[in-house]
Amino acid sequence: MSAREKVAANVANYVDERTGAASWMKKNLQKVFPDHWSFMLGEIALYSFLILLLSGTFLTFWFDPSMRHVVYEGSYQPLKDVEMSAAYASTLHISFDVRGGLLMRQIHHWAALIFMAAIVVHLLRVFFTGAFRKPREFNWILGIALLTLGIVEGFLGYSLPDDLLSGTGIRIAHAIIQSIPVVGTYLSFFAFGGAFPGEVFIPRIYIVHVLLLPGIFLALITVHLMLVWYQKHTQYPGPGRTEKNVVGYPLMPVYMAKAGGFFFIVFGITALLGAVASINPIWLYGPYTPGQISAGSQPDWYMGWLDGLVRMAPPIETYLFGYTVSWNILIPGLIIPGIIFTGMALYPFIESWMTGDKKEHHLLDRPRNVPNRTALGVMSLTFMLVALINGGNDIIATHFDLTINQIMWFSRIGIIVLPPLAFVITKRICLSLQRADRELVLHGKETGRLVMLPHGEFIEVHEELSAEKKYTLTQHQQPAAIALVKEDARGVLNPKGIRAKLQARFSAANAENIAKPTPDELKQLEGGHH
Amino acid sequence: MSSELEPLADPGLPEHIHRKADTDPIAAKRAERQVAVLFSLSAFGTVLFLFSFFFVDEDQFIFVPIMGSTNAHQLGIGIGMAMSLLFIGFGAVHWAKTLMPDQEVIAYRHEMRSEDSDRQDFVKAAKAGAETAGLGRRPLIKRSLAAAAGLAGLPAIILLRDLGPLPGNSLNETNWKTGTRLVTDPGDRPIKASDLEVGGVAQVMPALAAGKKRTLEDIAKDAVLLIRLRPAEFQLDAERLSWTHEGIIAFSKICSHMGCAVALYEQTTKHLLCPCHQSTFDVTRAAKVIFGPAARPLPQLAITVDSEGYLVAKQPFTEAVGPSFWERKS
Repeated sequence: MSAREKVAANVANYVDERTGAASWMKKNLQKVFPDHWSFMLGEIALYSFLILLLSGTFLTFWFDPSMRHVVYEGSYQPLKDVEMSAAYASTLHISFDVRGGLLMRQIHHWAALIFMAAIVVHLLRVFFTGAFRKPREFNWILGIALLTLGIVEGFLGYSLPDDLLSGTGIRIAHAIIQSIPVVGTYLSFFAFGGAFPGEVFIPRIYIVHVLLLPGIFLALITVHLMLVWYQKHTQYPGPGRTEKNVVGYPLMPVYMAKAGGFFFIVFGITALLGAVASINPIWLYGPYTPGQISAGSQPDWYMGWLDGLVRMAPPIETYLFGYTVSWNILIPGLIIPGIIFTGMALYPFIESWMTGDKKEHHLLDRPRNVPNRTALGVMSLTFMLVALINGGNDIIATHFDLTINQIMWFSRIGIIVLPPLAFVITKRICLSLQRADRELVLHGKETGRLVMLPHGEFIEVHEELSAEKKYTLTQHQQPAAIALVKEDARGVLNPKGIRAKLQARFSAANAENIAKPTPDELKQLEGGHH
Repeated sequence: MSSELEPLADPGLPEHIHRKADTDPIAAKRAERQVAVLFSLSAFGTVLFLFSFFFVDEDQFIFVPIMGSTNAHQLGIGIGMAMSLLFIGFGAVHWAKTLMPDQEVIAYRHEMRSEDSDRQDFVKAAKAGAETAGLGRRPLIKRSLAAAAGLAGLPAIILLRDLGPLPGNSLNETNWKTGTRLVTDPGDRPIKASDLEVGGVAQVMPALAAGKKRTLEDIAKDAVLLIRLRPAEFQLDAERLSWTHEGIIAFSKICSHMGCAVALYEQTTKHLLCPCHQSTFDVTRAAKVIFGPAARPLPQLAITVDSEGYLVAKQPFTEAVGPSFWERKS
């Protein structure tokens, strides 16, 4: 034993005698993770979160979350002697008088945008491949919670500098709170410590932004990862990959190097963006005052859809029995987002009910093999996309020489018409892709080589797929529709009534697939020429 | 639930193909050198960061293609830091991909559900626990505990009472009183009708009593836009027309939708536009909403002139300004 080994052994012995960690470690150092680029998306979100913690901590050393009035005397000349809040002045101080301060501010903001983007893309991957199915429903809900909190955390973060743009954002949040029936006015007075804007809102959201929400994030992310660890990662189907195994590389050393290295890559790219791409130049906006505004006021991208919904809302307000209800704010600002996020969180249970599928799933779906779910996903995305486009209607109008009215009317009609259209089109595309897969398996790949047979017939040579490829294209199971039981053998009506009917309907739609080739069909083709 | 068609036979994991570095020591050595070069580039990045941080002047600008004139200090520390991080990552990943084992291994899953015997034991243990606690036999304890625990949550909510004052009537009030002078913002100078040309716009605030400082809360309710048209351009009823003065009309600048400042005035169409959600108001028709999500016109402030010829408010706003709220009378 070399001297170095002896030291390592002593340390390991010391720790193990007190924790018994060796038996756990020996198992988990060899833990197998399947390899696929799409499994990195969640990693990006995790690493961006770490970057946010690091860069955010740096910013707190100088940021003063106070709305107390000060006169700016820093080195940024255009705002010299201007009266502003301490929050805004200290953000200017970080940007101009702390070396590396601007870089860290920009890294923090870029990391937040990447964090949200990674969460959304990760969510789409999990959705379209069916990774949320049993036994992973809890982790899906945790993910939706993280997404929701991420939106709130991001909004609070860019509200802190108290510049003209972010102050306008707070003004809108205030109006949303105030629109809540019965308690809205009281809630807004409690949240803002009185009339808008008051002097307490930024200190209050600061502690939520830097302590409360990050703490909740840490807890939720920990559980999210522990569940991934404990339930073992899903894998894409392929030869040798089954519901009972997991095929991939061991944690030590391959994933430690790859995942560890990937953290540095994500951090490096964020730093590069912070170095060369200016983001949220708050010194150009000036300090917040309720009487001013800048044209082209835009929230960060993950809030854009919400702003787009608010912009396209029809001007409806009711005044009944002496009370006012602002439907033009309530519906787009609270009711629709509430429905969207509740629906997302419940989706695993809704799908399981629609298909009657109660089995565990560890092999992922190819999106085309589940046309209904894929179409539903594209439909929801289309809805969000139209909303997002409308959220940037002023910018689009100036860049593409359109009028705001044209874009607004496109959105108002599009948000109702386009999602169902997207559903139908996506489902048809999925079925066509299934047909193409079937062709491939039965008749092989078209090679483009034409051959003239002795009797003069021309044929195109088809190249047979490898056994592995054939297996990958046909390994999935195709669900059958649930038969509707109207009454049982003794003539008693099904007590589930309308629910049974709906379920039968949904499961029939779900079972709409192109039959995959059977081994018999393949055998019949073998020998005969194509 | 599924039509159980017999799937094709699983051909099993494809045969492992060795990489060049697995079999060729020269290729392995080359990969090792490549990893070392990547790690060295990271160290170079750190040096660049240190140099830029300490020795490049913070006001030093250099020309960079595409980016244009750029702050050299900022760019140096940023690029240096990015390099120092990126190349550690590139090196580690290259190392893993070329030199660490790339043979896929198989691990087996277990069903999430516990063994039946464990589940039965659990139910037994839970029942036995509840039994010894006597929860089922002593409903009085259960109910009183539930009531106490529910009530114990109350102080947590009550403690938040002093987060803010009650709204009272404050949302219905502004600093505009009968006879309050209109003053310029910024500048706080009283204005006369002749100060505003036809087609002109001005932001005004109510004159404050001497010594009183205007707060942001005041601005959030008091901000008013003055617009001067030719009197013939108005399409107002008699009352609203009497609220104008020599073609000057005054509206609350706080949007009736969500409270943004309605700051964009289009002179040719006489429209006011809110940049937040594009609600559009027609100035000639008492700020009637002609487009966008706002449901109400901007409140109009009745104005006139005092004995010295300065513009003043004829009366307070007749409705609450800003976004709607539950108790608003409309």
